[in-house]
Amino acid sequence: MGNMKKRIIGLSIVFGLFALSSIASAQEKYFTKSGAVNFDCSTSVEDITAKNAKGVCVLDTKTGAIELAVLMKAFEFKRALMQEHFNENYVESDKYPKAIFKGKVENCPDLTKNGTYDVVITGTMDLHGVTKRMTAKGRIVVNGASVNATTEFIILLSDYAIEIPSVVKDKISNKVKISVSLWLAPLK
Amino acid sequence: MKALIVSFLLVSTLAVPALAQESLLDEVKDSVQSKEYVSNAFKSTRIINGQSIEMLGAGSLDFRILHRFGLISQGIDQLWGLDQSTTRLSFDYAPITNLLVGFGRSSAKKELDGFVKYRLIQQSRGETVMPVSVVLTAGMMCQTLPWEDTTHPNYFTSRLSFFQQVLVGSKISDAFTVQLMPTLLHRNLVDFVTDASDIFALGVGGRIKVTNRIAFTFEYYHSFNGMHNVNMDPISVGFDIETGGHVFQVHLSNAVGMNERSFLTETVNDWTKGQIQLGFNISRVFQL
Repeated sequence: MGNMKKRIIGLSIVFGLFALSSIASAQEKYFTKSGAVNFDCSTSVEDITAKNAKGVCVLDTKTGAIELAVLMKAFEFKRALMQEHFNENYVESDKYPKAIFKGKVENCPDLTKNGTYDVVITGTMDLHGVTKRMTAKGRIVVNGASVNATTEFIILLSDYAIEIPSVVKDKISNKVKISVSLWLAPLK
Repeated sequence: MKALIVSFLLVSTLAVPALAQESLLDEVKDSVQSKEYVSNAFKSTRIINGQSIEMLGAGSLDFRILHRFGLISQGIDQLWGLDQSTTRLSFDYAPITNLLVGFGRSSAKKELDGFVKYRLIQQSRGETVMPVSVVLTAGMMCQTLPWEDTTHPNYFTSRLSFFQQVLVGSKISDAFTVQLMPTLLHRNLVDFVTDASDIFALGVGGRIKVTNRIAFTFEYYHSFNGMHNVNMDPISVGFDIETGGHVFQVHLSNAVGMNERSFLTETVNDWTKGQIQLGFNISRVFQL
Protein backbone atom coordinates (compact mmCIF):
# COMPACT_ATOMS: atom_id res chain seq x y z
CA MET A 1 0.00 0.00 0.00
CA GLY A 2 1.29 3.40 -0.97
CA ASN A 3 2.04 6.08 1.48
CA MET A 4 -0.57 8.34 -0.07
CA LYS A 5 -3.27 5.71 0.19
CA LYS A 6 -2.47 5.13 3.88
CA ARG A 7 -2.76 8.79 4.54
CA ILE A 8 -6.09 8.99 2.76
CA ILE A 9 -7.47 6.06 4.70
CA GLY A 10 -6.25 7.53 7.96
CA LEU A 11 -7.76 10.86 7.10
CA SER A 12 -11.03 9.31 6.08
CA ILE A 13 -11.26 7.42 9.37
CA VAL A 14 -10.90 10.71 11.16
CA PHE A 15 -13.59 12.19 8.94
CA GLY A 16 -15.74 9.17 9.53
CA LEU A 17 -15.47 9.60 13.28
CA PHE A 18 -16.31 13.26 12.95
CA ALA A 19 -19.36 12.41 10.92
CA LEU A 20 -20.29 9.84 13.51
CA SER A 21 -20.07 12.19 16.42
CA SER A 22 -22.35 14.56 14.58
CA ILE A 23 -24.80 11.71 14.03
CA ALA A 24 -24.69 10.86 17.70
CA SER A 25 -25.47 14.40 18.73
CA ALA A 26 -28.19 14.94 16.10
CA GLN A 27 -31.69 15.73 17.33
CA GLU A 28 -32.91 12.18 17.55
CA LYS A 29 -32.66 11.56 21.23
CA TYR A 30 -35.19 12.57 23.80
CA PHE A 31 -34.92 12.40 27.56
CA THR A 32 -36.40 13.20 30.95
CA LYS A 33 -35.03 13.20 34.47
CA SER A 34 -38.39 13.60 36.13
CA GLY A 35 -40.37 10.68 34.77
CA ALA A 36 -43.33 9.56 36.84
CA VAL A 37 -43.20 5.89 37.75
CA ASN A 38 -45.98 4.75 40.06
CA PHE A 39 -46.95 1.34 41.29
CA ASP A 40 -49.89 -0.27 42.99
CA CYS A 41 -49.91 -3.65 44.71
CA SER A 42 -52.98 -3.05 46.85
CA THR A 43 -55.28 -5.73 48.12
CA SER A 44 -58.76 -5.51 49.62
CA VAL A 45 -57.05 -5.36 53.03
CA GLU A 46 -54.41 -2.74 52.41
CA ASP A 47 -53.79 0.15 50.05
CA ILE A 48 -50.22 0.00 48.85
CA THR A 49 -49.26 2.61 46.30
CA ALA A 50 -46.07 4.54 45.73
CA LYS A 51 -44.94 7.36 43.50
CA ASN A 52 -41.57 8.11 42.03
CA ALA A 53 -41.07 11.38 40.16
CA LYS A 54 -37.38 10.93 39.42
CA GLY A 55 -37.35 8.40 36.61
CA VAL A 56 -34.51 8.96 34.16
CA CYS A 57 -35.25 7.99 30.57
CA VAL A 58 -33.50 8.33 27.23
CA LEU A 59 -35.19 7.43 23.94
CA ASP A 60 -33.29 7.22 20.68
CA THR A 61 -35.94 7.70 18.02
CA LYS A 62 -33.62 6.58 15.24
CA THR A 63 -33.12 3.08 16.60
CA GLY A 64 -36.11 2.99 18.94
CA ALA A 65 -33.77 2.14 21.79
CA ILE A 66 -35.13 3.20 25.16
CA GLU A 67 -33.78 3.05 28.68
CA LEU A 68 -35.48 3.95 31.91
CA ALA A 69 -33.92 3.91 35.36
CA VAL A 70 -35.54 4.60 38.71
CA LEU A 71 -33.92 4.95 42.11
CA MET A 72 -35.75 2.59 44.46
CA LYS A 73 -35.31 4.96 47.41
CA ALA A 74 -37.10 7.69 45.48
CA PHE A 75 -40.42 5.84 45.73
CA GLU A 76 -42.66 7.73 48.09
CA PHE A 77 -45.41 6.09 50.11
CA LYS A 78 -48.18 7.70 52.11
CA ARG A 79 -47.02 5.80 55.18
CA ALA A 80 -43.43 6.20 56.33
CA LEU A 81 -43.29 2.69 57.76
CA MET A 82 -44.41 1.18 54.47
CA GLN A 83 -41.63 3.04 52.69
CA GLU A 84 -39.13 1.75 55.23
CA HIS A 85 -40.29 -1.82 54.80
CA PHE A 86 -40.29 -1.48 51.02
CA ASN A 87 -36.64 -0.42 51.03
CA GLU A 88 -35.44 -2.64 53.86
CA ASN A 89 -37.31 -5.88 53.44
CA TYR A 90 -38.74 -6.15 49.97
CA VAL A 91 -36.62 -4.52 47.26
CA GLU A 92 -33.48 -4.22 49.43
CA SER A 93 -32.56 -0.79 48.11
CA ASP A 94 -29.10 -0.70 49.62
CA LYS A 95 -28.14 -3.83 47.74
CA TYR A 96 -30.13 -3.09 44.58
CA PRO A 97 -30.46 0.70 44.38
CA LYS A 98 -31.99 0.95 40.90
CA ALA A 99 -34.53 -0.70 38.66
CA ILE A 100 -33.51 -0.40 35.01
CA PHE A 101 -35.47 -1.13 31.87
CA LYS A 102 -33.53 -1.45 28.61
CA GLY A 103 -35.38 -2.15 25.42
CA LYS A 104 -36.81 -1.00 22.17
CA VAL A 105 -39.86 0.89 21.03
CA GLU A 106 -41.09 -1.01 17.96
CA ASN A 107 -41.93 1.32 15.06
CA CYS A 108 -40.78 4.32 17.00
CA PRO A 109 -42.57 7.38 15.57
CA ASP A 110 -40.97 10.64 14.49
CA LEU A 111 -41.47 12.82 17.53
CA THR A 112 -41.33 16.02 15.49
CA LYS A 113 -44.71 15.16 13.97
CA ASN A 114 -47.93 15.69 15.90
CA GLY A 115 -50.05 12.65 16.56
CA THR A 116 -51.01 9.86 18.91
CA TYR A 117 -48.96 6.74 18.40
CA ASP A 118 -49.63 3.35 19.90
CA VAL A 119 -46.39 1.49 20.34
CA VAL A 120 -45.09 -1.80 21.68
CA ILE A 121 -42.06 -1.84 23.94
CA THR A 122 -39.95 -4.93 24.42
CA GLY A 123 -36.84 -5.36 26.48
CA THR A 124 -35.45 -6.46 29.78
CA MET A 125 -36.15 -5.20 33.26
CA ASP A 126 -33.51 -5.43 35.94
CA LEU A 127 -35.09 -5.30 39.39
CA HIS A 128 -33.89 -6.68 42.74
CA GLY A 129 -30.95 -8.37 41.04
CA VAL A 130 -33.13 -10.29 38.58
CA THR A 131 -33.22 -9.51 34.88
CA LYS A 132 -36.33 -10.55 33.01
CA ARG A 133 -37.65 -10.06 29.48
CA MET A 134 -40.90 -8.14 29.20
CA THR A 135 -43.27 -6.55 26.72
CA ALA A 136 -45.66 -3.66 27.27
CA LYS A 137 -48.05 -1.55 25.25
CA GLY A 138 -47.47 2.16 25.31
CA ARG A 139 -48.69 5.38 23.79
CA ILE A 140 -46.79 8.44 22.67
CA VAL A 141 -48.67 11.69 22.21
CA VAL A 142 -46.88 14.47 20.35
CA ASN A 143 -48.37 17.94 20.36
CA GLY A 144 -45.86 20.49 19.18
CA ALA A 145 -42.99 20.57 21.62
CA SER A 146 -44.79 18.44 24.16
CA VAL A 147 -44.04 14.74 23.96
CA ASN A 148 -45.74 12.43 26.46
CA ALA A 149 -44.99 8.73 26.54
CA THR A 150 -47.09 6.50 28.77
CA THR A 151 -47.36 2.83 29.51
CA GLU A 152 -48.96 0.54 32.02
CA PHE A 153 -48.00 -3.05 32.71
CA ILE A 154 -48.07 -5.73 35.35
CA ILE A 155 -45.15 -7.57 36.90
CA LEU A 156 -45.13 -10.37 39.43
CA LEU A 157 -43.05 -9.86 42.55
CA SER A 158 -42.29 -13.56 42.55
CA ASP A 159 -40.61 -13.17 39.14
CA TYR A 160 -38.09 -10.83 40.71
CA ALA A 161 -37.40 -12.87 43.85
CA ILE A 162 -39.24 -10.36 46.04
CA GLU A 163 -40.70 -12.46 48.80
CA ILE A 164 -43.92 -11.78 50.64
CA PRO A 165 -43.82 -13.38 54.10
CA SER A 166 -46.83 -15.59 54.84
CA VAL A 167 -48.11 -13.33 57.66
CA VAL A 168 -48.75 -10.48 55.21
CA LYS A 169 -49.70 -12.65 52.25
CA ASP A 170 -53.25 -11.30 52.02
CA LYS A 171 -52.11 -7.71 52.46
CA ILE A 172 -49.68 -7.43 49.58
CA SER A 173 -50.52 -8.38 46.03
CA ASN A 174 -47.96 -10.40 44.12
CA LYS A 175 -49.28 -8.64 40.98
CA VAL A 176 -47.95 -5.12 40.77
CA LYS A 177 -49.42 -2.61 38.36
CA ILE A 178 -46.79 -0.18 37.18
CA SER A 179 -47.71 3.01 35.35
CA VAL A 180 -45.19 5.25 33.68
CA SER A 181 -45.63 8.76 32.30
CA LEU A 182 -42.69 10.53 30.69
CA TRP A 183 -42.61 14.09 29.39
CA LEU A 184 -39.73 13.91 26.95
CA ALA A 185 -37.55 16.80 25.81
CA PRO A 186 -34.89 16.85 23.07
CA LEU A 187 -31.47 15.80 24.32
CA LYS A 188 -28.77 18.29 23.40
CA MET B 1 -11.12 9.53 -3.09
CA LYS B 2 -12.77 6.16 -3.57
CA ALA B 3 -10.84 4.83 -0.57
CA LEU B 4 -12.01 7.77 1.45
CA ILE B 5 -15.66 7.14 0.72
CA VAL B 6 -15.33 3.40 1.26
CA SER B 7 -13.55 3.77 4.55
CA PHE B 8 -16.02 6.42 5.63
CA LEU B 9 -18.95 4.11 5.00
CA LEU B 10 -17.11 1.21 6.58
CA VAL B 11 -16.33 3.09 9.75
CA SER B 12 -19.83 4.52 9.94
CA THR B 13 -21.61 1.22 9.61
CA LEU B 14 -19.24 -0.52 11.97
CA ALA B 15 -19.26 2.16 14.60
CA VAL B 16 -22.98 2.92 14.78
CA PRO B 17 -24.04 -0.41 16.26
CA ALA B 18 -21.01 -0.24 18.53
CA LEU B 19 -22.25 3.06 19.89
CA ALA B 20 -25.77 1.75 20.35
CA GLN B 21 -24.37 -0.94 22.63
CA GLU B 22 -23.47 1.64 25.23
CA SER B 23 -25.99 2.75 27.79
CA LEU B 24 -28.17 5.59 26.63
CA LEU B 25 -28.58 6.63 30.24
CA ASP B 26 -24.91 7.58 30.44
CA GLU B 27 -25.72 10.63 28.35
CA VAL B 28 -27.87 12.20 31.04
CA LYS B 29 -25.96 11.01 34.04
CA ASP B 30 -25.83 13.55 36.82
CA SER B 31 -22.35 14.94 37.24
CA VAL B 32 -22.89 15.47 40.95
CA GLN B 33 -23.97 12.63 43.16
CA SER B 34 -26.88 13.77 45.27
CA LYS B 35 -26.95 13.62 49.05
CA GLU B 36 -28.53 10.52 50.45
CA TYR B 37 -29.63 10.17 54.05
CA VAL B 38 -28.83 6.91 55.78
CA SER B 39 -32.02 5.52 57.25
CA ASN B 40 -33.19 2.46 59.16
CA ALA B 41 -30.22 2.25 61.48
CA PHE B 42 -32.46 0.37 63.92
CA LYS B 43 -35.81 -1.32 63.58
CA SER B 44 -37.25 0.69 66.43
CA THR B 45 -36.81 3.97 68.29
CA ARG B 46 -35.48 2.00 71.31
CA ILE B 47 -32.62 -0.46 71.27
CA ILE B 48 -33.99 -2.41 74.26
CA ASN B 49 -34.63 -0.13 77.25
CA GLY B 50 -32.98 3.05 76.04
CA GLN B 51 -33.41 5.32 73.04
CA SER B 52 -31.84 4.50 69.68
CA ILE B 53 -30.82 7.00 66.98
CA GLU B 54 -33.83 5.86 64.97
CA MET B 55 -36.79 8.23 64.61
CA LEU B 56 -40.34 7.81 63.34
CA GLY B 57 -41.65 9.13 60.05
CA ALA B 58 -43.71 12.33 60.29
CA GLY B 59 -47.26 11.59 61.37
CA SER B 60 -46.46 8.18 62.80
CA LEU B 61 -47.81 7.04 66.16
CA ASP B 62 -45.99 4.25 67.93
CA PHE B 63 -47.95 2.34 70.57
CA ARG B 64 -45.51 0.41 72.71
CA ILE B 65 -46.22 -2.37 75.17
CA LEU B 66 -43.23 -3.24 77.35
CA HIS B 67 -43.31 -6.31 79.52
CA ARG B 68 -40.71 -7.70 81.94
CA PHE B 69 -41.03 -11.07 83.61
CA GLY B 70 -39.43 -12.03 86.93
CA LEU B 71 -35.95 -13.41 87.43
CA ILE B 72 -35.13 -16.60 85.59
CA SER B 73 -32.95 -17.64 88.58
CA GLN B 74 -36.10 -18.19 90.67
CA GLY B 75 -36.48 -21.53 88.94
CA ILE B 76 -39.55 -23.66 88.42
CA ASP B 77 -41.46 -22.37 91.49
CA GLN B 78 -42.01 -19.09 89.68
CA LEU B 79 -41.86 -20.74 86.23
CA TRP B 80 -38.48 -19.07 85.70
CA GLY B 81 -40.01 -15.69 86.37
CA LEU B 82 -42.95 -15.98 84.01
CA ASP B 83 -45.38 -15.75 86.96
CA GLN B 84 -44.37 -12.16 87.63
CA SER B 85 -44.54 -9.13 85.44
CA THR B 86 -44.14 -5.40 85.27
CA THR B 87 -45.25 -3.34 82.31
CA ARG B 88 -44.92 0.02 80.66
CA LEU B 89 -47.39 1.32 78.10
CA SER B 90 -46.57 4.32 75.97
CA PHE B 91 -47.44 6.40 72.96
CA ASP B 92 -44.76 8.09 70.88
CA TYR B 93 -45.71 10.51 68.14
CA ALA B 94 -43.68 12.25 65.44
CA PRO B 95 -45.41 15.56 64.56
CA ILE B 96 -42.67 16.37 62.04
CA THR B 97 -39.62 14.59 60.66
CA ASN B 98 -36.74 14.64 63.16
CA LEU B 99 -38.95 15.25 66.19
CA LEU B 100 -40.50 12.66 68.46
CA VAL B 101 -42.50 13.17 71.63
CA GLY B 102 -43.60 10.36 73.90
CA PHE B 103 -45.61 9.67 77.00
CA GLY B 104 -45.70 6.48 79.03
CA ARG B 105 -46.58 4.87 82.31
CA SER B 106 -44.80 2.09 84.14
CA SER B 107 -46.54 -0.19 86.61
CA ALA B 108 -43.51 -0.06 88.93
CA LYS B 109 -43.94 2.95 91.27
CA LYS B 110 -46.89 3.95 89.04
CA GLU B 111 -44.39 6.16 87.27
CA LEU B 112 -45.31 8.49 84.44
CA ASP B 113 -42.71 9.58 81.95
CA GLY B 114 -42.49 11.91 79.00
CA PHE B 115 -39.72 12.75 76.59
CA VAL B 116 -38.76 14.86 73.61
CA LYS B 117 -36.31 13.52 71.06
CA TYR B 118 -34.80 15.62 68.29
CA ARG B 119 -32.51 14.52 65.49
CA LEU B 120 -29.92 17.23 65.09
CA ILE B 121 -27.82 15.52 62.42
CA GLN B 122 -28.70 12.60 60.21
CA GLN B 123 -26.01 10.38 58.77
CA SER B 124 -25.62 10.86 55.01
CA ARG B 125 -23.71 9.66 51.98
CA GLY B 126 -23.11 10.94 48.48
CA GLU B 127 -22.57 14.64 47.89
CA THR B 128 -22.45 15.44 51.61
CA VAL B 129 -20.83 12.79 53.75
CA MET B 130 -21.81 12.77 57.42
CA PRO B 131 -20.56 9.66 59.20
CA VAL B 132 -22.84 9.87 62.24
CA SER B 133 -26.34 10.74 63.36
CA VAL B 134 -26.68 12.93 66.42
CA VAL B 135 -29.92 12.82 68.39
CA LEU B 136 -30.78 14.80 71.53
CA THR B 137 -33.21 13.45 74.08
CA ALA B 138 -34.64 15.01 77.22
CA GLY B 139 -37.24 13.52 79.49
CA MET B 140 -38.94 13.66 82.81
CA MET B 141 -40.33 11.03 85.15
CA CYS B 142 -42.92 11.36 87.89
CA GLN B 143 -43.72 8.72 90.50
CA THR B 144 -47.37 8.70 91.49
CA LEU B 145 -47.39 6.13 94.30
CA PRO B 146 -48.76 7.43 97.62
CA TRP B 147 -45.96 8.55 99.94
CA GLU B 148 -44.61 5.81 102.16
CA ASP B 149 -43.71 8.07 105.04
CA THR B 150 -46.27 10.75 105.84
CA THR B 151 -44.75 11.78 109.17
CA HIS B 152 -42.61 14.42 107.44
CA PRO B 153 -43.56 16.88 104.73
CA ASN B 154 -43.49 15.51 101.18
CA TYR B 155 -43.22 17.73 98.15
CA PHE B 156 -44.53 17.10 94.67
CA THR B 157 -41.13 17.98 93.23
CA SER B 158 -39.66 15.02 95.12
CA ARG B 159 -41.53 12.75 92.74
CA LEU B 160 -39.63 14.07 89.73
CA SER B 161 -36.49 12.95 87.90
CA PHE B 162 -35.01 14.29 84.69
CA PHE B 163 -32.63 13.01 82.05
CA GLN B 164 -30.74 14.37 79.08
CA GLN B 165 -28.99 12.27 76.49
CA VAL B 166 -26.90 12.77 73.40
CA LEU B 167 -27.07 9.79 71.06
CA VAL B 168 -24.23 9.57 68.58
CA GLY B 169 -24.49 6.62 66.25
CA SER B 170 -23.50 5.31 62.90
CA LYS B 171 -24.96 2.71 60.58
CA ILE B 172 -21.56 1.40 59.62
CA SER B 173 -22.89 -1.18 57.20
CA ASP B 174 -26.31 -2.37 56.20
CA ALA B 175 -26.11 -4.97 58.96
CA PHE B 176 -24.17 -3.19 61.68
CA THR B 177 -25.11 -0.10 63.66
CA VAL B 178 -23.39 1.17 66.80
CA GLN B 179 -24.10 4.15 69.03
CA LEU B 180 -22.86 5.89 72.18
CA MET B 181 -25.22 7.43 74.71
CA PRO B 182 -23.71 9.88 77.21
CA THR B 183 -26.51 10.41 79.72
CA LEU B 184 -27.13 12.80 82.58
CA LEU B 185 -29.80 11.85 85.10
CA HIS B 186 -31.06 14.07 87.88
CA ARG B 187 -33.23 12.88 90.75
CA ASN B 188 -34.89 15.48 92.95
CA LEU B 189 -35.06 13.01 95.82
CA VAL B 190 -32.66 10.14 96.46
CA ASP B 191 -32.99 7.20 98.83
CA PHE B 192 -29.80 7.73 100.82
CA VAL B 193 -27.80 10.80 101.71
CA THR B 194 -24.79 9.15 100.13
CA ASP B 195 -26.53 8.85 96.74
CA ALA B 196 -25.73 11.51 94.17
CA SER B 197 -28.61 13.46 92.74
CA ASP B 198 -26.84 13.83 89.41
CA ILE B 199 -25.64 10.68 87.77
CA PHE B 200 -23.50 10.55 84.71
CA ALA B 201 -23.65 7.41 82.62
CA LEU B 202 -22.28 6.35 79.27
CA GLY B 203 -24.14 3.81 77.22
CA VAL B 204 -23.12 1.79 74.22
CA GLY B 205 -25.57 -0.09 72.05
CA GLY B 206 -25.99 -1.53 68.64
CA ARG B 207 -27.52 -4.05 66.37
CA ILE B 208 -26.37 -6.73 64.01
CA LYS B 209 -28.85 -7.76 61.36
CA VAL B 210 -29.27 -11.50 61.07
CA THR B 211 -31.81 -11.39 58.25
CA ASN B 212 -33.80 -8.51 56.76
CA ARG B 213 -36.42 -8.90 59.45
CA ILE B 214 -34.42 -10.15 62.43
CA ALA B 215 -31.62 -8.33 64.21
CA PHE B 216 -29.50 -9.03 67.28
CA THR B 217 -29.38 -6.05 69.65
CA PHE B 218 -27.28 -5.13 72.67
CA GLU B 219 -27.25 -2.28 75.13
CA TYR B 220 -25.01 -1.46 78.06
CA TYR B 221 -24.88 1.55 80.37
CA HIS B 222 -22.08 2.31 82.78
CA SER B 223 -22.70 4.77 85.59
CA PHE B 224 -19.65 6.73 86.70
CA ASN B 225 -20.75 8.17 90.00
CA GLY B 226 -23.05 8.24 92.92
CA MET B 227 -24.36 4.75 92.65
CA HIS B 228 -25.23 2.95 95.81
CA ASN B 229 -22.89 -0.05 95.88
CA VAL B 230 -25.67 -2.58 95.35
CA ASN B 231 -26.31 -1.13 91.91
CA MET B 232 -25.21 -2.90 88.78
CA ASP B 233 -24.73 -1.61 85.27
CA PRO B 234 -27.69 -2.62 83.11
CA ILE B 235 -26.75 -5.05 80.36
CA SER B 236 -29.32 -6.24 77.86
CA VAL B 237 -29.18 -8.43 74.79
CA GLY B 238 -32.03 -9.32 72.51
CA PHE B 239 -33.54 -9.81 69.13
CA ASP B 240 -35.70 -7.47 67.08
CA ILE B 241 -38.24 -9.38 65.04
CA GLU B 242 -40.19 -7.41 62.52
CA THR B 243 -43.51 -8.49 61.05
CA GLY B 244 -45.46 -6.04 58.87
CA GLY B 245 -46.57 -3.27 61.21
CA HIS B 246 -45.13 -4.71 64.45
CA VAL B 247 -41.66 -4.94 65.86
CA PHE B 248 -41.19 -7.50 68.62
CA GLN B 249 -38.16 -6.99 70.80
CA VAL B 250 -37.40 -10.06 72.89
CA HIS B 251 -34.48 -9.83 75.27
CA LEU B 252 -32.63 -10.87 78.38
CA SER B 253 -31.59 -8.20 80.86
CA ASN B 254 -30.57 -7.60 84.45
CA ALA B 255 -32.51 -4.31 84.37
CA VAL B 256 -36.12 -4.36 85.50
CA GLY B 257 -36.84 -0.68 84.90
CA MET B 258 -38.28 0.59 81.65
CA ASN B 259 -37.51 4.28 81.94
CA GLU B 260 -34.14 6.01 82.25
CA ARG B 261 -34.34 6.70 85.99
CA SER B 262 -35.36 3.19 86.73
CA PHE B 263 -32.91 1.21 84.64
CA LEU B 264 -29.98 3.47 85.53
CA THR B 265 -30.55 3.58 89.29
CA GLU B 266 -32.61 0.56 90.24
CA THR B 267 -30.73 -2.26 88.55
CA VAL B 268 -29.56 -4.53 91.34
CA ASN B 269 -29.45 -7.87 89.56
CA ASP B 270 -26.22 -9.52 88.55
CA TRP B 271 -25.73 -11.36 85.28
CA THR B 272 -22.94 -13.45 86.79
CA LYS B 273 -25.39 -14.82 89.38
CA GLY B 274 -27.96 -15.64 86.73
CA GLN B 275 -30.16 -12.80 87.93
CA ILE B 276 -31.62 -11.95 84.58
CA GLN B 277 -35.11 -11.83 83.26
CA LEU B 278 -36.91 -12.32 80.01
CA GLY B 279 -38.74 -9.34 78.60
CA PHE B 280 -40.35 -8.14 75.45
CA ASN B 281 -41.40 -4.89 73.80
CA ILE B 282 -44.10 -4.73 71.19
CA SER B 283 -44.09 -1.70 68.95
CA ARG B 284 -47.08 -1.04 66.71
CA VAL B 285 -46.83 1.94 64.38
CA PHE B 286 -49.91 3.70 62.99
CA GLN B 287 -49.95 6.45 60.43
CA LEU B 288 -52.18 9.32 61.54
